Amino acid sequence: MEVLVVFLPLLAFLIAGSIALFGGAPAVAAPAGHGHDHGHHDHHNHHNHDAHHAGDDHVHPAEEGDDHDDHGPVAGPPTVGDRVAQLVTTGSVLISALLSWVLFFDVAVGGDPRTIHLMTWIQSGTLDTAWSLRIDQLTAVMLVVINTVSAMVHVYSIGYMAEDPQKPRFMAYLSLFTFCMLMLVTADNLVQLFFGWEGVGLASYLLINFWYEKPSANNASMKAFLVNRVGDFGFALGIFAIFVLTGSVVFDEIFARVPEIAGQSMTFLSWEFHGLTVACLLLFMGAMGKSAQLGLHTWLPDAMEGPTPVSALIHAATMVTAGVFMLCRLSPVFEYAPVALSVVTVVGALTAFVAATIGMTQYDIKRVIAYSTMSQLGYMFFAIGVSAYGAAMFHLFTHAFFKALLFLGAGSVIHAMHHEQDMRKMGGIWRKVPFTYAVMWIGNLALAGLPFFAGYFSKDMILEAAYASHSSFGLLAFWIGIAAALMTAFYSWRLLFLTFHGQTRADHHTYEHAHESPMVMLVPLAVLTLGALFSGMLFAGWFVGDHRLDFWGKAIFVMQENDSIEHAHHGLPFWVPLAPMVVGLIGIGLAYLAYIANPGLPGRITATLGGLYRFVYRKWMFDELYDALFVRPASWLGRGLWKTGDVTVIDGMGPNGLAAATRLISARASLLQSGYVYHYAFAMVIGVVALIAWLSLRG
Amino acid sequence: MASWPLLSFTTFLPLIGILLILPLRTSEAEAARNARYVALWTTLVTFVLSLFIWANFDPANPGYQMVERVDWMPEFGISYHMGVDGISVLFVILSTFLMPLCILSSWEAVQHRVKEYMIAFLALETLMIGMFCALDMVLFYMFFEGVLIPMFLIIGVWGGARRVYAAFKFFLYTLLGSVLMLLAILAMYYVAGTTDIPTITATQFPRSMQMWLWLAFFASFAVKVPMWPVHTWLPDAHVEAPTAGSVILAGVLLKMGGYGLLRFNIPMMPEATEFFTPLVYTMSVVAVIYTSLVALVQEDMKKLIAYSSVAHMGFVTVGLFALNEQGIEGAIFQMLSHGVVSGALFLCVGVVYDRLHTREISRYGGLVKNMPKYAVVFLFMTMASVGLPGTAGFVGEFLVMLGAFRDNTWVAMLIATGMVLGAAYALWLFRRVVYGKLTRADVRSMVDLTPREIAIFVPLVIVVLWMGVYPSSFLDMTSASVEQLIQTYQTKLAAAGDVSLAAR
Repeated sequence: MEVLVVFLPLLAFLIAGSIALFGGAPAVAAPAGHGHDHGHHDHHNHHNHDAHHAGDDHVHPAEEGDDHDDHGPVAGPPTVGDRVAQLVTTGSVLISALLSWVLFFDVAVGGDPRTIHLMTWIQSGTLDTAWSLRIDQLTAVMLVVINTVSAMVHVYSIGYMAEDPQKPRFMAYLSLFTFCMLMLVTADNLVQLFFGWEGVGLASYLLINFWYEKPSANNASMKAFLVNRVGDFGFALGIFAIFVLTGSVVFDEIFARVPEIAGQSMTFLSWEFHGLTVACLLLFMGAMGKSAQLGLHTWLPDAMEGPTPVSALIHAATMVTAGVFMLCRLSPVFEYAPVALSVVTVVGALTAFVAATIGMTQYDIKRVIAYSTMSQLGYMFFAIGVSAYGAAMFHLFTHAFFKALLFLGAGSVIHAMHHEQDMRKMGGIWRKVPFTYAVMWIGNLALAGLPFFAGYFSKDMILEAAYASHSSFGLLAFWIGIAAALMTAFYSWRLLFLTFHGQTRADHHTYEHAHESPMVMLVPLAVLTLGALFSGMLFAGWFVGDHRLDFWGKAIFVMQENDSIEHAHHGLPFWVPLAPMVVGLIGIGLAYLAYIANPGLPGRITATLGGLYRFVYRKWMFDELYDALFVRPASWLGRGLWKTGDVTVIDGMGPNGLAAATRLISARASLLQSGYVYHYAFAMVIGVVALIAWLSLRG
Repeated sequence: MASWPLLSFTTFLPLIGILLILPLRTSEAEAARNARYVALWTTLVTFVLSLFIWANFDPANPGYQMVERVDWMPEFGISYHMGVDGISVLFVILSTFLMPLCILSSWEAVQHRVKEYMIAFLALETLMIGMFCALDMVLFYMFFEGVLIPMFLIIGVWGGARRVYAAFKFFLYTLLGSVLMLLAILAMYYVAGTTDIPTITATQFPRSMQMWLWLAFFASFAVKVPMWPVHTWLPDAHVEAPTAGSVILAGVLLKMGGYGLLRFNIPMMPEATEFFTPLVYTMSVVAVIYTSLVALVQEDMKKLIAYSSVAHMGFVTVGLFALNEQGIEGAIFQMLSHGVVSGALFLCVGVVYDRLHTREISRYGGLVKNMPKYAVVFLFMTMASVGLPGTAGFVGEFLVMLGAFRDNTWVAMLIATGMVLGAAYALWLFRRVVYGKLTRADVRSMVDLTPREIAIFVPLVIVVLWMGVYPSSFLDMTSASVEQLIQTYQTKLAAAGDVSLAAR
């Protein structure tokens, strides 16, 4: 069963991928552009397609432009290949999802973790890694999250991508992603974790770049891959440090060795450091890349270039939480590196804050949700920083449902508005899409942490734990978290109001044709809504409540004195649990004030703030900074090294220089060959004299 | 089976192919056709024969196996001595594996002087295999230098516009290094009285002599690897060489340098090795960062991949001199995987070059649209080159970095930047060639992979996946010999330490 859960999606990927590649003409012949392609060979299809597109043009007037999610290439009715690909991928991930719930109750609730060894992988000297499936409580939680959301996204995509000519390719990528993510969470050693880690990076690269004709998608996908690679640079070094310290990369062996070597120092670069702190910080660098923490976050907003189901699955619910998972998985190591934990706390808190400020200023509906995701990831990280691993996992769990819901809901809006993503061109459409409207409310209520919705349980727990940790960093994180919670509520309702309420700002045509999405998209929304409603209430007891020690078993390790969740359960001031809710309500009220009651207000505020507003609106200038610091110098250096280093210096002094010198010398030498006998005779005499002189001197 | 001179058979079988091609006197077209088939069959049979070497090889035995020894010039202690150990056996397989693919890839691309072209490749194969099997320095030197001649001709006759410049640059660079190696071999002969490699490996040379010997060998091998700053012949040679020439150049010829360092410098001159390790580290780190940056700004596809080869080989030299199991096994693995992956990347360039006859990156764009199968293969190989786990590229890179980290964290940290830079240039290339909008009419009319091309790529893809998912098949072959090598190195070093202590 465990094997099925993981490898069914791989099988589905292979089948759907083969269909995409060999499945026949439509995928290849139907141009993914705007129907202006005349270069392919299948003329029959070609005409069909053009006719279809011409017919479609007046329905889709808003196809051009950079802000649009979907460059609406329009295909004919789905072919057999499309259907088979959709069926196979969706079916297998659905089966995986069902089986993972079975596993969840078996392993986590039943307390029966297991590891299945598949085969050896890399073996060299004392390094020994294997392909294996480690299913413990942490993994079981992740399996449920990944497969449930993935299955819903697969179903949703059938509807969302109905107009795209390359359905099999899309479904194949989704399944590939699911497989890699499953390999990541079932790893029983750091190297397999790294395999999944890079694998999801590849899948994310392919999916962001799904509409490969758009330069913006090309850039965004490359950026995602490269920024993640920067994180992976740290991750890889972290693995090496762990190996040098503990002599193993297998989790159980590492965990067993950690207490013994807790005090050991190691030389990294030229300095002596506390060994585990170095290792943990390096590993955290990897987590920062994948989970878009401040500094390595710049790829996440750009990743919204991908189709919306991708954003829901990869850039909200699963892949970006891999960093959180990794740190929880390594809790037995991080617990012995208090400095590293403090760094995690600070970085997480700052991320939560910065992302929330940017989220308040953006107009692209998907980008707002993307920054919200980043902000929530910050919460998860500072939860880890204060050793509240259970709370971090709990927030990961609830967040997956309501954030996937929000993204898919946004997708439904975008679908309704004919691929419009700019909230300035929306408004007043709630009557046209009542179901979407309702689920977006629920999603936002869960996100803002209003009582009894999912986020209420998890986010409150995090903030309480931060307060109860009694460290200065924890307290800092608490206050920043409260501020971010205020902003979260504000931008969430800003989004709701701008999108659904007020006078419409969409053009007449789009507004008239706005429509509710088909059933195949609404059902997944409904399922995720259930998650947003109940996942907090039902699971709080296991994740962070009284049963948490039994529930997590050995999967999470917390030192007695660090157990902030335990502290949070006893003797908090009465206002601490109330604070998040109160600021949430204030945030909603402010949003109402600014966008319903007094729509002129935001304009006046931004005008007053001026430079500060522009700074935040331009995302704290991170992109500009990195461009100036890394991108341009790299290409400048590259060109300089090539033209000056290789061509002028090395070749100039080396082969070309030698050749030139040889030519020069031979030219001079040929001057000596004057043709006059007495010249030669004279030279000979000089030579003989020189020779004799030398010999006599030696003698 | 074991009593057969299997290694000699494999080495000299391609010569029989040459003998079959030489007398072809029919019309040009027919001779060309026959020459192609003869070459293909010869290389295929050679490959199958080399698989017997693999089958007969005992991974648990660290010493030389399938040894053949015949006196050649007994008065000088020179013999015809062949054998393989865990370090060399896989390179033999790599050579024989790439050869049929090269012949196939030249099937249509080469249209003039086909007979001579095939002869050059078959001669090249004999020399390469012989080089990896030779256990006598004179024999080794003959094969090692002999390789230059067919390669020189392949670049100079069937190459691109600046082929003569490139061929001469290639020849002069490599020959210059080799001359120094010849002197070193002579010097060793005077001390040891033989040119037998195992005997010399067991000989202890005085420290001062080791230094000079080491530098002489290093000059030769560093050019071959190539290490920065003697790498500039490689981009030119690659750019001008025909596709199959590039495949062999990147796939096998570069490995001769790494193999040489492993066979000569490290076990024969351990004290010098220890002394010069910082030099090698520095040169390798510079190679990784410098050439990655240079690759980033290339406008010629082949030049970009050539520079990436230098960067990847920088990993190899770091791994070799980390002198622990992960480092050396990783370096060997990296050489094998680079042989397959960069060979495949050059074939990928060849595919589009055959259609459009330009290597300029900006001339392409949007190929995924009309060549989806090509795009998949190219992406797969790009990812392997980037070192994505699950492909061959990862295992070697990971082991090398791990080995380096154990020895020197600065070096590990600096070469790990190659992970980022490598991804940058590889994805940047891929994006410009494959993604984007298909605009030009001539690019749009390019057709997807032909069955012949698919037949070339399928084995490569399979091998890359196999090496990435179950590398034990390869690592197990090398581990015993590598362990012994490290032991030899450390024992000799310790002995030398005792001597120098005693002398004090």
